[in-house]
Amino acid sequence: MSDETPDTSASAGAYWKKNIRLLITLMAIWFIVSFGFGILLRDFLDQFMLGGFPLGFWFAQQGSIYVFILLVFYYAWKVKKIEREYDLDD
Amino acid sequence: MSTQNLIYLFVGISFALYIGIAIWTRAGSTKEFYVAGGGVHPVVNGMATAADWMSAASFISMAGLIAFMGYDGSVYLMGWTGGYVVLALLLAPYLRKFGQFTVPDFIGTRYYSKVARTVAVICLIFISFTYIAGQMRGVGIVFSRFLDVSVELGVIIGMCIVFVYAVLGGMKGITYTQVAQYCVLIFAYMVPAFFISMLVTGNPIPQLGLGSTVNDGSGMYVLQKLDSSLQAMGFAEYTASSKSMIDVFCITAALMIGTAGLPHVIVRFFTVPKASDARRSAGWALIFIALLYTTAPAVAAFARLNFNDTVNQTAYSEAPGWFKNWEKNNLIAFQDKNGDGVMQVASGNAFAGSPEYTGETGPSGERLLANAPDETSTNEVYVDRDIMVLANPEIANLPGWVIALVAAGGLAAALSTAAGLLLVISTAVSHDLLKSTFKPDISEKGELLAARVAATCAIVVAGILGIYPPGWVAQVVAFAFGLAAASLFPAIFMGIFSKKMNKEGAIAGMVTGLVFTFCYIAYFKLLNPDANNAANWLFGISPEGIGVIGMILNFIVAIVVMKMTAPAPAEIGRLVESIRVPRGAGEARAH
Repeated sequence: MSDETPDTSASAGAYWKKNIRLLITLMAIWFIVSFGFGILLRDFLDQFMLGGFPLGFWFAQQGSIYVFILLVFYYAWKVKKIEREYDLDD
Repeated sequence: MSTQNLIYLFVGISFALYIGIAIWTRAGSTKEFYVAGGGVHPVVNGMATAADWMSAASFISMAGLIAFMGYDGSVYLMGWTGGYVVLALLLAPYLRKFGQFTVPDFIGTRYYSKVARTVAVICLIFISFTYIAGQMRGVGIVFSRFLDVSVELGVIIGMCIVFVYAVLGGMKGITYTQVAQYCVLIFAYMVPAFFISMLVTGNPIPQLGLGSTVNDGSGMYVLQKLDSSLQAMGFAEYTASSKSMIDVFCITAALMIGTAGLPHVIVRFFTVPKASDARRSAGWALIFIALLYTTAPAVAAFARLNFNDTVNQTAYSEAPGWFKNWEKNNLIAFQDKNGDGVMQVASGNAFAGSPEYTGETGPSGERLLANAPDETSTNEVYVDRDIMVLANPEIANLPGWVIALVAAGGLAAALSTAAGLLLVISTAVSHDLLKSTFKPDISEKGELLAARVAATCAIVVAGILGIYPPGWVAQVVAFAFGLAAASLFPAIFMGIFSKKMNKEGAIAGMVTGLVFTFCYIAYFKLLNPDANNAANWLFGISPEGIGVIGMILNFIVAIVVMKMTAPAPAEIGRLVESIRVPRGAGEARAH
């Protein structure tokens, strides 16, 4: 890693801060759709129907999984953009 | 061609395929053996990860468990998929950037300590062996049910197949075999699911069928009908929960975090070229896994509905063909408690334990049982949960080749997981113990040979555990996830996200998490199973979910010990900084 420019550590620090902020947001969504909608708020959500599914039940057995997939791909895309911004991508 | 011959044909072709791939992709160096050369395409790796991940339990048992657990089955669905978010966002890209071969490599280097590495190896070997014993058993069971050979012979055949491609091919052979195995298993799972969904709801997509109306003109939704029919039979509603909320919460969390901490899953992300590939690869893995995991709850509900409709209040003499087929295979039993020849399904057990047949038949033609009937329940039908997937093709009246496909799929699921586990065990022995701890001057060739010898020994041990399963095998699956969550995950997580965490903290944390979780599970599952109920549990958390508490203890102890001991050296801070930045992953593989 000797070929890196001298200001790397400053930009690496800024990159890491942005990355952490992004991670906190996405992990919060991860928590809300599974533990929130699927477990803690389930009884409340079950009064709404999504087709033949009580909504809380749908989140627990279907919806949370779809959101997980979106989260992983969104993160891969977004963090790559941040990396390019700081010229740190691989 | 008869169904039996079709099964031999399908299973034979799939085995020939796996072995062919293994010979074609033989590993020539330790790097190929441990991480497939580090050049696997992210989509290919995603598919291999999915096969690695989905075991005999996912393929055969999960839908059946959900069918009888209803909403409570969600813990498996969310737990075994949500872990990939944790993995993709918090662990995989950084471990890939770190760029060595194993999880103990990371822990040993990051915490500049052979003790830390050895503790990690112990956790890894314990987790992996717990898991693999179940896989070999799964191989044996599929063989005995579909191929008419004994469980023992089935396990031995399975051992030989895994031996050929894991020992010859290492990670490289396993990766490409797992891709083939994924294709076999997902096809085998989806085909019957489409037909069952079509049959029950008229909508061929199971994920949509589960939210549709039943195809019987009643206009009721699937879940509605299931709830009302179960209620009428004295069961709890399908969409209701019988576990406490805190327990559901903790089990889900333990499975998620445990998934992210399982060494055989993590190591798959060392095989892709770059850190960014590790992130995308985890996404692909999750898509491939989600295909099965979103289908399983639909299969579960359809199978339960179908079971209620066709079995309950039906005279045994008019029972569907699959019922009698699987009764022959010891997975179903009918104990006519009231002597009316009609099968009553209700909550509670027909009798205690598994069926023991006397060899005689009763007045309706059912196989008589030696078990004493359970008089506290009116239930007369014993069903092994695994039926719900295994009998699907017959329930939907599908042709013999679909049954053959399910047999090949079940074997693919069990073999792919077993191979992945064997590889991490052999790597832990040859690389982490031998090369990095006891004999650093070993040559590349010597290390490769050691890896192959270790893989061979691991296969033999796994096979013996499969043939003579200690009574506790089924009881301790919770171990693998709970221990991974309580020991390895916090150490890896803090190693990436904290520059300050030092070796004393990490070791103390891992040992605390490991010992606490181990003792709690061992107490309730092995030493005092009679006390295993909510009244005795800590905060009402069952042994399946206790890994979360172990994890929290790990974090607390690690941080407290860190504050009291010498800080991590400056070069560790620089190592952590370099792990956090993706650039340069390609070169960082020097060893």
